[in-house]
Amino acid sequence: MSEFKCPECGYTYDEAVGDPHEGYSPGTRFENLPDDFACPDCSVRFKEDFEKA
Amino acid sequence: MKGYTATLPGGEAIYYVDRKRWFWMMSVLYPLQPLLGIWLHSTTGTQAWLLLPLFIGYVIVPLADWMIGEDTNNPPEEVVLQLDRDRYYRVLTFLVVPLHFISLIGSAWWAGTQSLSWWSFLGLAVVAGITSGLGINTGHELGHKKGRLERTLAKIVLAVPVYGHFWVEHNRGHHRDVSTPDDPASARMGENIYKFALREIPGAFFRAWAIEKDRLVRRDRSAWDADNQILQSMLLSLLLQLGLLVMFGWKMIPFLVVHNVLAWWQLTSANYIEHYGLLRAKDSNGRFERCLPHHSWNSNHVLSNLVLFHLQRHSDHHAHPLRRYQSLRHFNDLPTLPNGYFGVYLLAYVPWLWYRVMDHRLLALPHIAGDLSRVNIDPDRRDAILEKYCATGASSA
Repeated sequence: MSEFKCPECGYTYDEAVGDPHEGYSPGTRFENLPDDFACPDCSVRFKEDFEKA
Repeated sequence: MKGYTATLPGGEAIYYVDRKRWFWMMSVLYPLQPLLGIWLHSTTGTQAWLLLPLFIGYVIVPLADWMIGEDTNNPPEEVVLQLDRDRYYRVLTFLVVPLHFISLIGSAWWAGTQSLSWWSFLGLAVVAGITSGLGINTGHELGHKKGRLERTLAKIVLAVPVYGHFWVEHNRGHHRDVSTPDDPASARMGENIYKFALREIPGAFFRAWAIEKDRLVRRDRSAWDADNQILQSMLLSLLLQLGLLVMFGWKMIPFLVVHNVLAWWQLTSANYIEHYGLLRAKDSNGRFERCLPHHSWNSNHVLSNLVLFHLQRHSDHHAHPLRRYQSLRHFNDLPTLPNGYFGVYLLAYVPWLWYRVMDHRLLALPHIAGDLSRVNIDPDRRDAILEKYCATGASSA
């Protein structure tokens, strides 16, 4: 399980926790997020912009 | 006055005082204007006082912006964290939330209980609507933050202008698509504000609904689930407006119709001027480049910024959406509006004047330099615009 961080606002997607509010249950791999995944907090960085923490 | 100390990278110690600190209270008090008009009407008996907020907003503020001019000062980056953590600035955005409700309820009470001439009744509804439109600005500042309290207050205040979908639409839709042809909330060159409104108002609603529905589907819920954040705010709007109808009677029907349309029109006006004609380029993968400061029109006019929680420093806001209002920056060579928002709205309402003032400003921007392929153009006006500007040699497109 890894964490991925938005380089703009610091939002962190932790695969172990997921993001239940956004509909990503705990254990959802980052690679399985939708291709058009945008940062849930700032929306100006996308899946390909996220950095592995 | 409170100051902040920090050390610059070179080791030099600095002491920074935010000269605008106390003036930000103007953003809290500005939405109380309808009550000022009501008070003057009640003490003098002259109904025309009810229209005072229109005179303040569209005459006094633009004139003051023109006379006082611009402020290009930025807080040093080294103190921004302290500035952001200073609860005072945050508390101001909390305080204004109940004031939006008080302003609407007070205006409705006066419109529903006084025998007003038709024009002062209409004027009061217009004033109330424009003021509730400022509630979208309050919701905007609050809704961009990560804290639960701020996000909840954003959804509550958005009930006043009946714009509950704004939080989803703006944060998740507009910021993602801004300054691209895909964005219903970014105006195109050659598109007048009335045509824009007919694209923006329904387009924004349907985009918000689609985004929220996607989220709910991922959670295995129906789009009509109680967790729908748009419906939560809309329900509060419904309760508020039904309450006004029960309390003040049938007069609330025309009052609230005018109020709601004008509140939405406030946002339409802001959206229209904030990205007019600007276009993010596509990279080699066909992706739009990320939003940079030159993808928004900016205004550094002091007074209108002080009553709008710095909304007009829009370039920095779109490049860094979570940055708090007290920390937003000016940059050199930005697309710059000729006045504050309220003055520029007046230009936008007269399309030929708008094109006359803005089109050459747009084409003269350093990153466009007359190249129409770098402009977001209304497809219906493309041929006419190409003919006009290519014929004069203004474009290399």
